[in-house]
Amino acid sequence: MAIYENIWYLIICISVVFYAVLDGFDLGVGALHLFARDDKERRIFLNAIGPVWDGNEVWLIIIFGGMFAGFPSAYATICETFYSLIMILLAAIIFRAVAIEFRSKVENRKWRYLWDLIFSLASILMAFIIGVIMANLIRGIPLDQEGNFYGNFIDFFSPYAILLGLTACALFAMHGAVFLLMKTEGALHDHIRKWVSPAIIVFLMFYLMTSLATVMYMPHMLDRMRAAPWLFIVVVCAMLSIANVPRCIHKGDDGWAFISSSSAIAFLFFLFGIGIYPNLVRSSINPADYSLTLYNAAAAPSTLKVILIVACIGVPLVLAYGFWIYRIFRGKVKLSDTSY
Amino acid sequence: MDVVLLSRIQFGMNVAFHYLYPPLSIGLGLMIVIMEGMYIKTKKPAYRLMTKFWVKIFALTFALGVATGIVQVFGFGNNWARYSRFVGDVFGSALAAEGIFAFFLEAGFIGIMLFGWERVSPKLHYFATICTALGAHFSAIWIIVANSWMQTPAGYAIEGEGAEAHAVMTNFYEMVFNPSTLDRLTHVVIGAWMTGAFMVISVCAYYFLKKRHRDFAYFGMKLGLVVASILVVLQLISADSTAKGVAKNQPEKFAAMEGVYQTAPHTPMNLIGYVDPKTKTVYSWQIPGLLSFLSYKNFTTPVRGLDQFPEEDWPPVPAVFQFYHLMIYAWGAMFLATVLGLILWKRKTFEKSKWINRFLVLSILFPYVANQAGWFTAEMGRQPWIVYRLLRTPQGVSKAIVASQVIGSITMFVCIYILLFVLFCFLLNRKIQGGPTEEGSLKTDDLIYRDPYESTPQRS
Repeated sequence: MAIYENIWYLIICISVVFYAVLDGFDLGVGALHLFARDDKERRIFLNAIGPVWDGNEVWLIIIFGGMFAGFPSAYATICETFYSLIMILLAAIIFRAVAIEFRSKVENRKWRYLWDLIFSLASILMAFIIGVIMANLIRGIPLDQEGNFYGNFIDFFSPYAILLGLTACALFAMHGAVFLLMKTEGALHDHIRKWVSPAIIVFLMFYLMTSLATVMYMPHMLDRMRAAPWLFIVVVCAMLSIANVPRCIHKGDDGWAFISSSSAIAFLFFLFGIGIYPNLVRSSINPADYSLTLYNAAAAPSTLKVILIVACIGVPLVLAYGFWIYRIFRGKVKLSDTSY
Repeated sequence: MDVVLLSRIQFGMNVAFHYLYPPLSIGLGLMIVIMEGMYIKTKKPAYRLMTKFWVKIFALTFALGVATGIVQVFGFGNNWARYSRFVGDVFGSALAAEGIFAFFLEAGFIGIMLFGWERVSPKLHYFATICTALGAHFSAIWIIVANSWMQTPAGYAIEGEGAEAHAVMTNFYEMVFNPSTLDRLTHVVIGAWMTGAFMVISVCAYYFLKKRHRDFAYFGMKLGLVVASILVVLQLISADSTAKGVAKNQPEKFAAMEGVYQTAPHTPMNLIGYVDPKTKTVYSWQIPGLLSFLSYKNFTTPVRGLDQFPEEDWPPVPAVFQFYHLMIYAWGAMFLATVLGLILWKRKTFEKSKWINRFLVLSILFPYVANQAGWFTAEMGRQPWIVYRLLRTPQGVSKAIVASQVIGSITMFVCIYILLFVLFCFLLNRKIQGGPTEEGSLKTDDLIYRDPYESTPQRS
């Protein structure tokens, strides 16, 4: 019984969800950064994510570290085949991280504008590439029997992949807007309120297009749900969560709006995890035989056991102090002499 | 150039650039823990000032460490996919542990350390500082466990044949505590601590030269010198133990470090020299018998030379030889700097002696040289193996990538890293020039809300 493989797959899925929910608002804030009207507002944006963004980005390392440990072949194949995409993603991550750190260090208009621009563009680029990589995992990549890759860089940018990339940008932008609403007050709060409705509408449009495209062109994503119809609950939950965001905003309940937006992201990413299961990397040449699944890509049971123990000790700790840190920094952003 | 060589250049370069920052965050982590501890104990404002100053530099270093470190997580799979499949079962668990235990601790608590001064009590803030520093140390532990496993594999079995062959973990404990882990961990962590100590010494010496922030520099210099003088001695002990381990576990590497081509009694230790790989001779000033003595505690026992191993298993001798000696010279320079600093302390002439202070300002370079040269010795000495005696480097490379892709990514990273390093130096210099800021001096609304987009009078 491949119980360990399934548990480890679930852990990686949960890491993906945590990454998407947490770094999602970081990226969203970045995407909206240039819409702020003056330097003070931009500093408030940065300090809203300031104490937590690098903790959030660690989830990305956990996803790939977890894959390296649990599914070495899948990790190697993904890194090797998405080489150029990952290089661009890395450049974006680097520039985004240093832009946050460097931006406020020098009081010079051009310096700050340059880093503002880099921060915002890098955030959008990261969201887009994450979407593109997910789309290619859904669609499948040309892999032969031995896991060799036959394809090139341009093939990654199919219309479906671009659509999913844009959907990811729209999703994170909405999430970021709701997050900022929760973290700001006064005139800035009212200003951001005006962004939320357009952000939700844009996201809904992309969401509908992506759903239609998936049902029409990627029917294998529904196989799992046909086999177990109760999984359709996840779809319903995702829709209800999305619908709840504008309702809470309308009521002025920013906290619940953020929770709804978070759970919408969580359910959408779970849908992705359910859809591709049990494949980790789908082969478009022969999906049935050449794909890397969580069974043929898994590490030995002895390794899976050890990393499961590591995860059982580590993850609760991480969640406990992560929760504590978020509690310490709850409430509206106030600038002080230690801020960015 | 082929993909293997290009991939080696890329990986080496990525790691070398990354390794500019973590030793400083580990070292400064220790220094900040001591400083804030002293503040909580003595309540002297100088210590609080020091803590706040160094925390900001820590944050800058940390951001660059993270930015260049994320590249490493992908670096294995991107260029070394075959290697990743081979070691994933073993190596991956160490990396996953690093993520869960180290990165989260560091990245989580650094928020409180940086921005939590007003939000939590001093004790809780100190707790956050300790956790951040611990996180920095943990991240050294797991990556060195993984790397040491590549040097001296243990606790594994090989499954599969040919291209399918891969290592499977049989004993987690043996894997973690493989023969070289503890020696190498001590050696690297002490090296990182020295980087922190000399950073403090260097900046304080600069303030003495410029006659600024006297109190700050005085306390900082004394603290830095105390830590440095302990570490310089400890590092020597650790180096001895590490070298003995290498002699036992990786004799080819050890022979290459000292250029021992022929096995002969009274093996000499080279002070300075160069290796001619064509004629297989070392031209140098030597102390006869010293290497035998350091390895086996008597002057006659021969050290195993390269002649006892097939030539295709030899590391690149000249490079390993020079990097190894460069590391030793850097240690010598640090020793000298510490002694000179202690003399100034004894004579109470920190502010007067110009030349020694100039030397101390430069002293931050020595631990950097030692750290980098030490890594190059260790990793080039492991060649031609990617996993010692299990997998050769060319066998580990990715099949799906082509040379042009690697050249493209190398070019991109060289540009990014140089840019980042220049900016890092620029901001570090700015911070040092700005000096420690007195409590509350920045609290005015005017300063906080200064808007460079609107303010017409630009500050020079």
